[in-house]
Amino acid sequence: MRGGSFGVPTMEAFILQIVNGLDKGSAYALIALGLTLIFGTLGVVNFAHGALFMIGAFCAVTLSRLLTASKTVIDETKTDFLGNPAKTEVPYLYDIVGVDAANVIIDWAVPLSILFAIPVMMLIGVAIERGLIRHFYKRAHADQILVTFGLAIVLQELIKYFYGANPIPTPAPDAFRGSFDFGAMLGFDPNVIIYPYWRLVYFGFAAVVIGGVFAFLRFTTFGMVVRAGMADRETVGLLGINIDKRFTIMFGLAAAVAGVAGVMYTPINSPNYHMGMDFLVLSFVVVVVGGMGSLVGAVLAGFLLGILESFASMSAVLDVLPGINQIILYVVAIIILLTRPRGLMGRAGVMED
Amino acid sequence: MLGLNSRDLQLLLLVIALTAFAPFLLNPFPVDSSLAQFNGGYPDLMQRFVIFGIFAIGFNILFGLTGYLSFGHAAFLGAGSYAAIWMMKLLTMNIIPAVTLSIIVAGLFSLAVGYISLRRSGIYFSILTLAFAQMSYSLAYSVLTPITGGETGLQPKISDPRILDGPLAAGASPRASLFGLEMSSSYELALGGWVFTFNVGYYIAAILMVISFYVAIRIFRSPFGLMLRAVKSNQNRLGYTGVSSKPYTLAAFVISGMYAGLAGGLLVAMDSQAGAERMFWTASGEVVLMTILGGAGTLIGPVLGAGLIKYLENIISKINETVLTGWFSWMPEGLQDAVVAMVYPFVGKGWHLTLGLMFMMVVIFLPGGLMEGLSRIGNLFSRKPKTSTDADDGAANSAPKAAE
Repeated sequence: MRGGSFGVPTMEAFILQIVNGLDKGSAYALIALGLTLIFGTLGVVNFAHGALFMIGAFCAVTLSRLLTASKTVIDETKTDFLGNPAKTEVPYLYDIVGVDAANVIIDWAVPLSILFAIPVMMLIGVAIERGLIRHFYKRAHADQILVTFGLAIVLQELIKYFYGANPIPTPAPDAFRGSFDFGAMLGFDPNVIIYPYWRLVYFGFAAVVIGGVFAFLRFTTFGMVVRAGMADRETVGLLGINIDKRFTIMFGLAAAVAGVAGVMYTPINSPNYHMGMDFLVLSFVVVVVGGMGSLVGAVLAGFLLGILESFASMSAVLDVLPGINQIILYVVAIIILLTRPRGLMGRAGVMED
Repeated sequence: MLGLNSRDLQLLLLVIALTAFAPFLLNPFPVDSSLAQFNGGYPDLMQRFVIFGIFAIGFNILFGLTGYLSFGHAAFLGAGSYAAIWMMKLLTMNIIPAVTLSIIVAGLFSLAVGYISLRRSGIYFSILTLAFAQMSYSLAYSVLTPITGGETGLQPKISDPRILDGPLAAGASPRASLFGLEMSSSYELALGGWVFTFNVGYYIAAILMVISFYVAIRIFRSPFGLMLRAVKSNQNRLGYTGVSSKPYTLAAFVISGMYAGLAGGLLVAMDSQAGAERMFWTASGEVVLMTILGGAGTLIGPVLGAGLIKYLENIISKINETVLTGWFSWMPEGLQDAVVAMVYPFVGKGWHLTLGLMFMMVVIFLPGGLMEGLSRIGNLFSRKPKTSTDADDGAANSAPKAAE
């Protein structure tokens, strides 16, 4: 936050705030994208989506714990402070792939967790849709909100039971730890815009995932059918297409998107059991600002609000409007809802009861 | 009598009897028995029963009648708490100004929030109220610290001005009272192995809850209440008949906000402290749970829901591993460990897990809450078909009929 300390916002400070907003904006965009996918396909407002983000983060925790599962070996050559032979923890992985390879794998546990998280999250998503949400299509929206809210509490408490209430630090691979001088790359004075590597990685990753989801919907037959179903579910069903099955898969996909967003977020913020709820409230705000049911709107609003939040945290702004960084998103959401009720890019007829 | 028909009068009398004899009813086990931990008849918990009962009754006037699901009602409870604590700091430790101001402040606050939020309906309304509540919470935690005390919250201090009370006697600490009758004072009645506690604060809160309940009955039975049900059943049709629903929903919103303010003021009257966590959105979620669990749209359901949740919260979170082991000690060794291990996640610190599961079960299987469950059980035993005017007068399916 070096830029923020200047009394007058400079170009450097401006760019710094934009890049600062990108990582949080990426998380918002990914969660909001999943929320919108579920809402657009199944018409359900999923209050448990934050919990899916959180479970994704704990997939990373689980995998790194599995990888570092160790046995105790007594090392005769060294002694501990009492003079007894030293005991060292040796991961089982050393025996399986060798010490060097194992160290690399453990170091890269977080990115590797993506591979682990995708199938897990897909399964969880499909299970939730088939087991629970399917029975709520015909019920009132209030019931859908309530049942997913209850589910969110349950998932959160389960994680708390198994992993405890404290945040679990999960570091990024060595290569991406620390920061680099982003400003110097753009031709500004050195040491003005310092940016952590991992946040840039996160942004790039989010861009790839978002691009992937859009390409999937745009360029595959499956995606085309899903989009048709989003526009008019009944007609697609009458054409003899099993749209329910595809929508279930979309729920799994949305869960996977939230999950990998959670996996990659672990080095930025150590995962704890209530991180999902913290993000969920804001993600709703994002979806509402972007426009219920609009995928592009959700992504745009995610980045926009992330950057806006980061601007509101500048001390130049805080001097004028103290505390604005805490409430800026809510204020924006309220203004947007009252002036453009459909949000920035909302479609007509969505949720207008 | 009192403008009620006989059924409602019975209901009111039932509530009066339940609250008046709560110290007996909630203490069914002798103090020394191993079941004494299930006694709920201690002042702190009984106060919470009735205070959250008020909160839930008010929430039900909005959600049960109009169907507008607010996820931000804790903000009004919090606002009421802050108003009450300031009265205690500035004016007097007497609870009357504190509670009065808390109702007024919460009413004004809910008027402002309702005026904006009610421009949208459905899910948007829920999100708007949630956004307002979270905003209030964030503000109370950060910028408004001079008014709200931030993280530490507010308590009456000895150094506060309190212009209506004289200076405190040396060594005395400020205690909330009603004309000298201290909220925390109680009378203990020992009968055989039983000890029953009659607490001043509880009875004051209970009287206010009975009044709140009476007002709620009158609202439910009034033409105004009928209008609110019409909003729930078909807002479009109401619009086509030339009625603007906005003043009605706004009035319901403000009334429920004032109920929340009363509850917030009473919380302060009982424990003399206010903090931002009362505004957190989980607190808003809790009142939704109470209302749904008891039965949204029914008169007595929310009170039962509030009582049940607060009771379980206090009792279940007290159960720890030792207690569990004691319970299942009659089982063979291995089985005992297995059962304890299975039950353990759901008790003690795992109370929220139980709450979440219970909530899901109710929403899935009993959308009408406990009241629907009771009437279903009632139907099992009585052959004659129930008419919609019976028992669960509000529960979803009968509401459209009432509206037409």
